[in-house]
Amino acid sequence: MSGKPRLTYFNGRGRMEPVRWLLAAAGVEFEEIFLETKEQYEKLIKDGVLLFQQVPLVEIDGMKMVQTRAILSYIAGKYNLYGKDLKERAWIDMYVEGITDLMEMILVFPFSPPEAREKNLDSIKEKATNRYFPVFEKVLKQHGQDFLVGNKFSWADVQLTEAILAVEEKIPAVLSGFPQLQAFKIRMSNMPTIKKFLQPGSPRKPPPDEHYVETVLKTFKK
Amino acid sequence: MSGKPKLHYFNGRGRMESIRWLLAAAGVEFEECFLETKDDLIKLQKGGSLLFQQVPMVEIDGMKMVQTRAILNYIAAKYNLYGKDLKERALIDMYVEAIADLNELLMSHLFQPADKKEEHFATVVDKATNRYFPVYEKVLKDHGQDFLVGNQFSRADVQLLETLLMAEECKPDILARFPLLKSFKARISNIPTIKKFLQPGSQRKPPLQEEDIPKVMKIFH
Repeated sequence: MSGKPRLTYFNGRGRMEPVRWLLAAAGVEFEEIFLETKEQYEKLIKDGVLLFQQVPLVEIDGMKMVQTRAILSYIAGKYNLYGKDLKERAWIDMYVEGITDLMEMILVFPFSPPEAREKNLDSIKEKATNRYFPVFEKVLKQHGQDFLVGNKFSWADVQLTEAILAVEEKIPAVLSGFPQLQAFKIRMSNMPTIKKFLQPGSPRKPPPDEHYVETVLKTFKK
Repeated sequence: MSGKPKLHYFNGRGRMESIRWLLAAAGVEFEECFLETKDDLIKLQKGGSLLFQQVPMVEIDGMKMVQTRAILNYIAAKYNLYGKDLKERALIDMYVEAIADLNELLMSHLFQPADKKEEHFATVVDKATNRYFPVYEKVLKDHGQDFLVGNQFSRADVQLLETLLMAEECKPDILARFPLLKSFKARISNIPTIKKFLQPGSQRKPPLQEEDIPKVMKIFH
């Protein structure tokens, strides 16, 4: 027993990737157990380890935590990435929730039927460039600080960095109208813990491929 | 300017109802501004009041807050309904996130196409009675306390009650196998602020009726 947080999920991004990002950004080492078969998943349920029969599962500080947002909030709170007071927390929550809505589109994308893919990609591009990125571009421009909230590194900065990179993988020129976000991305990528996470060999997972999609579908099939 | 929180949404439950419940449970009076048409939404968007062009939006303490969870988190923390420390918060978060998942299922029921309604209803009942309710029944059984977390009234209790009542609207006998949830429901409903909210004339909204759906769709689509 190592005392490190232990993550149980598929060997891919999915709903666990923001957790990996946040732990890594906080400089916290963690272990991972990868779900590969339906039988493994069913055993977890039978053993009563998954409160609502779902992953992500993160074993941390004696708790078997489930529900992605609960996990992320706990980590952010524990490692001082959640602002200095209630109001900063409110802004961080608003930003994170908006980013999560955008990331949800990317999350479900590989599971959409091939004929819907082009339309979904257009949707991601439209929402990123018209709804979400302009907000953060404006926030950064208005206060001129390095970080989104309270002039201090927070969960919001980590989440936005993850989202920018994920959208860029699909739409390489997506930041072309957003100079503040371009500078933000470079700045965040150079923070030591994040820089380390972005290097090969880190726990960061590659974009979902056919094998990942197949494994997920197979595991949850009734 | 009254200093009271001001809620912007359409005149119905949707994603704002949990916020109404929490403010009411905390004994906080609030005002409401109802969107009746798509133009009302466009006006708010054009005016720059909606960070991500979406409602719910709640004007509170000088902020125009959006994103339901952000708003609920703020209210819960401000009015001491979020546990006493990080670990109680974690437990509350786990419980309310699952309740939110069940709420989504319940809410989406009316918007299902006719040919999918029956199957969807079966899924909702299955998830409620096999995945979610057993967890809260067991939590209450294991600690024998009045409230879900930390022997103290919290947002988890408010949000669970809201969902239990919504589930019963869907299927009146849905709590048949859950004696502790039934007594929880009675107990929490009797808390003075909640009792008041459950009475006619409060700001609690009725369930959406079939005939209202086209109007709601027109505002948002």
